[in-house]
Amino acid sequence: MREIDLTCPVPLTAGDRILLAHGGGGKLTNQLIERVFLPAFSNPALEARHDGAVLSAGGCRMAFTTDAYVVRPIVFPGGNIGDLAVNGTVNDLAMCGARPLYLSAAFILEEGLPIATLREVVESMRKAADAAGVDIVTGDTKVVDRGAADQMFITTAGVGVIDEDRAIGPQSVQAGDAVIVSGDLGAHGIAVLSVREGLEFEAPVESDTAPLWTPVEALFQAGIEVHCLRDLTRGGLASALNEIASARGVRIALEEAAIPVREVVKAACEILGLDPLYVANEGRFCAFVPARDAGRAVDVLRSLPVTRGAALVGRVAGDETGIVVLESRIGGTRVVDMLSGEQLPRIC
Amino acid sequence: MKFLDEYRGRAAVEQLSTTIRRTVTRPWTIMEVCGGQTHTILKSGLQDLLPPEITLVHGPGCPVCVTPIELIDKAVEIALRPGAIFCSFGDMLRVPGSSKSLLDAKAEGGDVRIVYSPLDALKLAGANPGRQVVFFAVGFETTAPANAMALYQAARAGLENFTILVAHVLVPPAIEAILNAPNQRVQAFLAPGHVCTVAGYTEYEPIAQRYHVPIVVTGFEPVDLLEGVWMAVSQLESGRAEVENQYSRAVAREGNRPAQQVVAEVFEVSNRKWRGIGEIPASGLRLREAYRRFDAEERFELAPGGCAESSECISGLVLQGLKKPHECAAFGVKCTPERPLGAPMVSSEGACAAYYLYGRREHARD
Repeated sequence: MREIDLTCPVPLTAGDRILLAHGGGGKLTNQLIERVFLPAFSNPALEARHDGAVLSAGGCRMAFTTDAYVVRPIVFPGGNIGDLAVNGTVNDLAMCGARPLYLSAAFILEEGLPIATLREVVESMRKAADAAGVDIVTGDTKVVDRGAADQMFITTAGVGVIDEDRAIGPQSVQAGDAVIVSGDLGAHGIAVLSVREGLEFEAPVESDTAPLWTPVEALFQAGIEVHCLRDLTRGGLASALNEIASARGVRIALEEAAIPVREVVKAACEILGLDPLYVANEGRFCAFVPARDAGRAVDVLRSLPVTRGAALVGRVAGDETGIVVLESRIGGTRVVDMLSGEQLPRIC
Repeated sequence: MKFLDEYRGRAAVEQLSTTIRRTVTRPWTIMEVCGGQTHTILKSGLQDLLPPEITLVHGPGCPVCVTPIELIDKAVEIALRPGAIFCSFGDMLRVPGSSKSLLDAKAEGGDVRIVYSPLDALKLAGANPGRQVVFFAVGFETTAPANAMALYQAARAGLENFTILVAHVLVPPAIEAILNAPNQRVQAFLAPGHVCTVAGYTEYEPIAQRYHVPIVVTGFEPVDLLEGVWMAVSQLESGRAEVENQYSRAVAREGNRPAQQVVAEVFEVSNRKWRGIGEIPASGLRLREAYRRFDAEERFELAPGGCAESSECISGLVLQGLKKPHECAAFGVKCTPERPLGAPMVSSEGACAAYYLYGRREHARD
């Protein structure tokens, strides 16, 4: 009988450089925020760590946010970097419960970029701004050497006004709250990936990019007591819920069978070894509302085109801290963790 | 989705769970060999549906986990060479070598690219004639045919700037190594369905006989796994030790002959070192003489690697089913998916990552 040699791999990892995963919206992004940015910039508005900062000035409550957009390719099925740059910032404001009003836009352009491409993107931004009811009121342009940027990067910032005194954020989440998602998940991430990797599906997958203030406002107008809103961008539903669960110290329980994912997105995820719970969306959000309002909230959302696929997917339980669990289709349960880096396609 | 949903149905799962409970009379330990199976078990919470008599232990069937550290180091070294394009499946990128991973190499300026097929890497070689394109040929019998096909095509096209870094391993010798190990406690195996799709299961028949151990070729969905468990338990309870095929919708006894032919054209069986386990005789593949010029280790004249590995990570024991991931002192403390100490914490198929991602509920309640 042969003894098996038990060598054990313990490497030393340097960890002194930025990896792509630091921008993935998962744990490494959070580490960067906690270890580099928060210590340097520390202030109460920043420390709330919401999608935007909620501020008061001159008797007015407002939300202020900024976001940088880097996407390859810059045009993808259902949208382009311009739509994203407007909708993303509009949505960050909406998630603070703020009516989006004004945006800025800064462009970093790579030498050699066709002006026609820039025009196409700018035209999309105008349309997206019109659809969201915002004006792009200031901007900046820089051009860098060929190779120093990938065609174009856009940074937008936005301000919005909070009409009524609502406390929207993880701090307002209560045990018993219902968790609602505003539509099917994963379409944006798969749309971008399919173009980037040259994957073709029987039915083309289009990005879900869309402005989300209208459905948020509809919830307010229906008198629904909204506790928390979060858009499901990088890191998807799983990351958003983990952030909220850990910020509030609650257990969030999801029901897998209730989570809407289109067949073609499911199939793409199966092929690529991705989990749709972690795939990015650009026109989807989750809402935490009291259980008594859940049915009505879903009905309100379903009456609007952008959120017609809304569904009740889970609830908040107070008995465990900072954890998201999921009851699988077959009745087993598992933890839904925050992603540690990017999702990497698997071997077989 | 057709061919998936019917194997994920709650009613079918509950029925199988009941059947297993009725069949089992005493404790049994069963190993699912493939990491893909481990992930389904954890991801769908399948353990909640098994009676307490059945212990599932997780096998060495994660290609990312068993690729030796020297080969990761070689991959990193190639990736950092000027002019090289290093292509890999995604989940190899985060695996730590002795000092860095391929992701670290990428951050340092190495041209590291994720591809979905070795044929994509081949296309890159065709499109970049001035650069050396290397594909990391990792995996079990499942990935070998596509890698062999890439080299077959490269040879026919006379591509001189394409090589592969070979890390291919084979399942049956690993099962034998586990059965021969001291303290081994596995009483039945769920053999990896995808591997058998290519290789068939005739090689498992002498193992089942010699060691008197049931082996059930099993698929990857919850219904597959429960049916595989039920077939294994039925054999154990009745004292049988045969090779049975649960995954008959994909696997034929003789496997996929054309795939085997292209593998045999390009590769030959060789000894291989398994990360965390050590060298197992005749447990891997290397390039045949006629294809040796496509070997990245020769093309780049890499020195034979050897590196010190410390004793904190118990991945060797985990990969043989002797320990469960959470029995490791470093699990979730010093060793996490962000800063893995060992490969099983990295891969989507690694047992430690599966426990970390899906299974911490139990520990959270401790």
